Amino acid sequence: MDVVLLARLQFAIVTVYHFFFVPLTLGLSVLVAILETMYVRTGDETYKKMTKFWGKLFLINFAMGVATGIVQEFQFGMNWSEYSRFMGDIFGAPLAIEALLTFYLESVFLGIWIFGWDKLSKKAHATVIWVVAIGSNLSALWILIANSFMQQPVGYVLRNGRAEMDNFFALVGNGHVWVQWPHVLTSAVATAGFFVAGISAFHLLRKSQNMELFRRSFRISILYGTIGTVLVILIGHTQAQYMTRIQPMKMAAAEALWETEDPAAMSLFTIGNERERRDVFAIRIPGLLSFLSYNSFSGEVRGINDLQDEYVERYGPGDYIPPVAISYWTFRIMAGAGFVMLALAFYGLWLASKNRTAESPRYLKLMLWAIALPFVANSTGWIFTEIARQPWIVFGLQKTADAVSPNVSAGMVLFSLIAYTLLYALLMVANVVLLRKYAEAGVPEATNADLAPAGAR
Amino acid sequence: MDLNTLWFALIAVLFVGFFFLEGFDYGVGILHPFLGKNDTERRMIINTIGPVWDGNEVWMITAGGAMFAAFPHWYATLFSGFYIALLLMLLALISRAVSFEFRSKIDDPRWRKLWDWTIFFGSAVPALLWGVAMANLVRGVPINAGMNYVGGFFNLLNPYALIAGLASLTVFTLHGANFLTLKLGGGMEERARETARKLWYPAAFFLLLFVIGTYWMTDVHQRLGLNPGVIPMMAVIALLASRWAIANRRDGWSFILTAVAIVFSTVTIFIALFPRVMVSSLDPAWSLTIYNASSSPYTLKVMSIVAGLLIPVVLVYQAWSYWIFRQRITPESHLEY
Repeated sequence: MDVVLLARLQFAIVTVYHFFFVPLTLGLSVLVAILETMYVRTGDETYKKMTKFWGKLFLINFAMGVATGIVQEFQFGMNWSEYSRFMGDIFGAPLAIEALLTFYLESVFLGIWIFGWDKLSKKAHATVIWVVAIGSNLSALWILIANSFMQQPVGYVLRNGRAEMDNFFALVGNGHVWVQWPHVLTSAVATAGFFVAGISAFHLLRKSQNMELFRRSFRISILYGTIGTVLVILIGHTQAQYMTRIQPMKMAAAEALWETEDPAAMSLFTIGNERERRDVFAIRIPGLLSFLSYNSFSGEVRGINDLQDEYVERYGPGDYIPPVAISYWTFRIMAGAGFVMLALAFYGLWLASKNRTAESPRYLKLMLWAIALPFVANSTGWIFTEIARQPWIVFGLQKTADAVSPNVSAGMVLFSLIAYTLLYALLMVANVVLLRKYAEAGVPEATNADLAPAGAR
Repeated sequence: MDLNTLWFALIAVLFVGFFFLEGFDYGVGILHPFLGKNDTERRMIINTIGPVWDGNEVWMITAGGAMFAAFPHWYATLFSGFYIALLLMLLALISRAVSFEFRSKIDDPRWRKLWDWTIFFGSAVPALLWGVAMANLVRGVPINAGMNYVGGFFNLLNPYALIAGLASLTVFTLHGANFLTLKLGGGMEERARETARKLWYPAAFFLLLFVIGTYWMTDVHQRLGLNPGVIPMMAVIALLASRWAIANRRDGWSFILTAVAIVFSTVTIFIALFPRVMVSSLDPAWSLTIYNASSSPYTLKVMSIVAGLLIPVVLVYQAWSYWIFRQRITPESHLEY
């Protein structure tokens, strides 16, 4: 295999893996902060137990996020040195700011939170977890400022063969950031909501001790998850409209839209022939894609063939079409998972409002499995957004094939790819063992506040 | 001072902070399977750094990010060049990062032993490799006209770099023992001090060997002269003096002295480098410097403002976290990890 493909595969594996943990950290930090705030305000011990129970799972997940985040900071230099040279001026800045502004904040304050239960006042302790939550969610902003430049370069000049920053505020104010960050934040809320609701459902189903704690957890998390899911879909819609304008090729690939159409039909199911750029079989709804793009049943949506011709004219000869099938299906899996979550969330909210959650074992069982849905959506969403930008690493400025380190051999990349994959697989086993143990253990009625199973203290 | 120099200094400061703080973290990680005779003792040792290790490690992450932002060519050349060494370090750091959180969460001797060893190797490997990496920066490595490293992994394992690696490994371990003497209670501080006393010998030996090696195997003596100046001398004197402090149970001083040795050695390396950031052993003209490796003046300006605003705040709250957890860890302490 060639070095570009291996480097891309490695990036995909370590980054998707890292992003298993990130949204849960973002969403759960806020949820745990809310729970602790409720404890401080009401003095109700159940909220404290909830804070500690969900806090434990949060910490296990956070550790995985931190550990897998280390590679993220260095891999651009390792495998993508040409990219780093070309883009360092712009890409390095938000990365460094992320570290200075948010990594210190989250890690120092998380240490204080974990160890500070009996060293700080209740209020101060609750404030500390809010700092962690804000720090984590702000870190997402800075890394997405960096990513947004790759999707939509702004605030730069080409000088000395490099992209140099000439307007920091344009970088921060990039329109892409302000659809992407909210999309990630709300997906994180949905992820945490489904995670907590799913585990609560498991305990409600098993009639564990401390039913009240899990009933409350379910009510809060299903509301939290519903808010997240509704918003992530609405913002996703806005983001797709933005994408149609800024990255029409990405949208065309997402829809497997070969020819420009007005009004454009949306594909429900397409089997295509990528090489010949045509559909083999397709079920399409007339006008719907125009509606999704412009909120009106007419309006031109540009197709892959037209865009290819335009890009050849603008960027010179070459193939500017991303892998269509992967783009098409990852986009559909992401959106599909989102809509299934929406239905589950609304139904759960309705059950909770009628106080009938415990009477629906089938739904509760389903919710346990539904924990997987946000993770599927998060991963496919990222795979889509990065794959459908190809062949570019920075849209219009640098191609992925030109971005790899020239002095790193395919063998070295393969070696590190295998090493990361093996280590990550082992860590996933340990992570799942721990999460299961602590999630299943629940909260024994007798102990107060001390949630660890016997011997673990 | 121009912005390029400022950023060189800032990155030096980040490495100084990193080696000072992670130095004792690594030392604690290396010592804990040996110094702790049973599970409670090992947990006590881990808990001395429990609340702070992650914040300490951010110094390294930030140093990496700052290199990327201020000197992208340095970042690109170093990390693509030292590829396998960096990979080993990352694997070690990844395993170590989860170990603290995972280890004590299951009460099973095999489970805990597994994470004890990932903490050990996760601390020892980077402690060694950072010394190797720093020495190679100063000594010079094969870098071509296109700023790319053209050597292999074994080019990095030259005698000088290995001496430096052993020096950083032993000095960090000593620094960790001094830290533990200050942070442990219930009699364990005595054992930590005794360990520090023994560790002083290899640490002093390898640091002196490193100094001799630096004269003999690099161009530093041409750049700094036979009398290298106050800072390198202070580093050596501080480490030598720590022997006295340890023997006389002046535990605060022992820790301060190893800290000074680490801080001033790191500063020395950056002084020896300046204004280069990576030395080419093929042709001095191909070395990366703070000018040919840097970002645009605009980016440096933006980053200077950001760093100027944020670094003081970081220092304040990180110091506060040390203040909160200033008490010694005794067997009666609540052990979170």
